[in-house]
Amino acid sequence: MEASFPMKQIMDEEGRLVDPSYQEQIDEKLVQQLHYHMLRIRTFDRKAISLQRQGRIGTYPPFEGQEACQVGSALALGEGDWVFPTYRDHGATLTFGADMVRMFLYWNGRQEGCVAPPGKHIFPAAVPIATQILHAVGASWAEKRKGTDRVAIAYFGDGATSEGDFHEGLNFASVFQTPTILFNQNNGYAISVPIERQMNSKTIAQKSVAYGMPGIRIDGNDCFAVYFETKRAVEAAREGNGPTLIEAVTWRTGAHTTADDPTKYRPSGKGKDIVDPLVRLERFMKNDGYWDEQAVKTLQDKLNDEVETAVKGMAEFPAPNPEDLFDHVFAVLPPQLQEQKEFYLEFLKG
Amino acid sequence: MVMATKMEAIQAGRTSTKVMTMIQAINQGLRTMLEADETTILLGEDIGKNGGVFRATEGLQDDFGEERVVDTPLSESGIIGASVGLAVNGFKPVAEMQFMGFVYPAYDQIMTHVSRLRMKTMGRFSVPMVVRTPYGAGIRAPEIHSDSAEALFTHMPGIKVVCPSNPYDAKGLLIAAIEDPDPVIFMEPMRSYRATRGDVPEEKYTVEIGKGALLEEGTDLTVIAWGAMIPLAQKAAKAAAQLGIHCDVLDLRTLYPLDLDLIASSVQKTGRVVIVHEAQRTGGLGNDIISSINDTCFLHLRAPIGRVTGFDVPVPFFALEEHYLPTVKRITQQIESVYRF
Ligand SMILES: Cc1ncc(C[n+]2csc(CCOP(=O)(O)OP(=O)(O)O)c2C)c(N)n1
Repeated sequence: MEASFPMKQIMDEEGRLVDPSYQEQIDEKLVQQLHYHMLRIRTFDRKAISLQRQGRIGTYPPFEGQEACQVGSALALGEGDWVFPTYRDHGATLTFGADMVRMFLYWNGRQEGCVAPPGKHIFPAAVPIATQILHAVGASWAEKRKGTDRVAIAYFGDGATSEGDFHEGLNFASVFQTPTILFNQNNGYAISVPIERQMNSKTIAQKSVAYGMPGIRIDGNDCFAVYFETKRAVEAAREGNGPTLIEAVTWRTGAHTTADDPTKYRPSGKGKDIVDPLVRLERFMKNDGYWDEQAVKTLQDKLNDEVETAVKGMAEFPAPNPEDLFDHVFAVLPPQLQEQKEFYLEFLKG
Repeated sequence: MVMATKMEAIQAGRTSTKVMTMIQAINQGLRTMLEADETTILLGEDIGKNGGVFRATEGLQDDFGEERVVDTPLSESGIIGASVGLAVNGFKPVAEMQFMGFVYPAYDQIMTHVSRLRMKTMGRFSVPMVVRTPYGAGIRAPEIHSDSAEALFTHMPGIKVVCPSNPYDAKGLLIAAIEDPDPVIFMEPMRSYRATRGDVPEEKYTVEIGKGALLEEGTDLTVIAWGAMIPLAQKAAKAAAQLGIHCDVLDLRTLYPLDLDLIASSVQKTGRVVIVHEAQRTGGLGNDIISSINDTCFLHLRAPIGRVTGFDVPVPFFALEEHYLPTVKRITQQIESVYRF
């Protein structure tokens, strides 16, 4: 099985193109876009970790190491497409156009963080594992019914493939031939459980066979492989050829969340040889004459400013409003709940 | 009448005790049963090598092996469904649901099989298993990590529900749950995991399932609570005492079956009741408690029964959780208003 799903790579760890057929499609604009977004979300991610340490936001799940997966896939989508992220995919949603202030708010326990910019089809992060896969199937099914060429992408981890919702989602997608991209980030661990304990199959991509859909295994730290293979799946879906399962093999550099201690379960040397996806792209840029030290410095300063401004935006955001506990549960507040609300607001006054 | 937990230990003449947190007491309870009964098997996500996300199972895989302390795939329905098969075939599964908000994928298995296998096979098959699960809000956890879903299970026939509030009860009830011939949901107030410390005997002992405890004695009003609400109920009772209102504080400890005798004897004495739970109000267990009081104490009541509960909304993101959760102030005010009725 493993042999049927070789890991597709376009750029190797030294930043050299191993598949020269992509030479022409990899232009200045694409390279700069990938680099800009990967650096941007890393800047966000590291800031979020430090805010958590200072007690300024809650528990936070870092995605460092997975930037190529998240940026490469998000850039392969079109403006009107749908994104169904997990709690670890805010790198993808930020790239797709989510608001950074709201992202910080989300991790600071604010439901305002779930509100997508108007017109943006970005679902709130799914916390219950694998549940969002079915939502992506449904939303893309709706697009198909409406006769548009929009698609939906569902992000999920390796652990998610053990939940029933994963299998139900793939089956629905293939039975109804929905335009869905099933984007798996295989980062080696589901909290403490390594992939070889999570499943007996050697790849995640091979699970596509059981559902009669195309599946592909890619090097998830190669932003070009992620971008072009996601794009291929998106185009197939747009043309009415149904879903694709993508397994992007990557690595979670840090802890599962800021409340987790990976030294308890991850052998200390493990993963140390993996070349960081951003470093890999930088190597490519240096090899191929895209690297401008001064421009990158300027960009980093600009991104630091953007992130600091967003942190300020979070801090200055209106305080949590207790009325929001009640007001958004239903379209119209039922009398029973209205009464509870009035009681509580009265209580707060006294 | 069941006495405060510390007293029980002293009365039983146990001397070898250790001060520990609730999470340590749970760990001890699991260890005790792994030692005492080789059919005990622990299953769950991240419970082995990692020792559980709250460290409830710390060290157990090292000492009892991977066959008995099992890191499962990430599948709640899988954990519970497989536990049914293990349980009917000679094992005592103790399954961990990482947070109560993640028990829902397993609800089907619990509702349609765990709870009714004994009945429909007229006792030929039974499911002696325990489902441990941290529950409750108040620790700034991410979304869905703060649910308090006891009423979904007290409503479910064929399953017992227990919920300790302190380290002593946690160990004793856990051992009783594992030894129980029927399935038990074991709810662990995560807010109290490290916040409460107490004397815990090092030996094996049980706290009887179905028995509550009278934690404070008063004459004017009965406060009924469990789990994470107990420390708040006790503080409110103290505040009420300053106002001259003296309360019984009942810790139910078991939510199904209820200790109806304990509730009746206290309410018949005081004639006034305030029930505290952090779960939503509608369909909350408080309503069943009120019904039981209606059945046994109607002519003793001197005021309508008060409730301090969560509101009928999903448990909010943590920025608003303090507004959702009962507080000492809300409980104290409710005590006062019931008393002054
Ligand atoms: C239904 C459910 N069960 C358990 C959890 C607790 N939990 C949160 S993340 C996680 C591991 C997920 O692993 P994976 O799918 O590989 O994604 P990753 O976190 O590695 O991105 C677990 C068990 C949950 N969120 N939802």
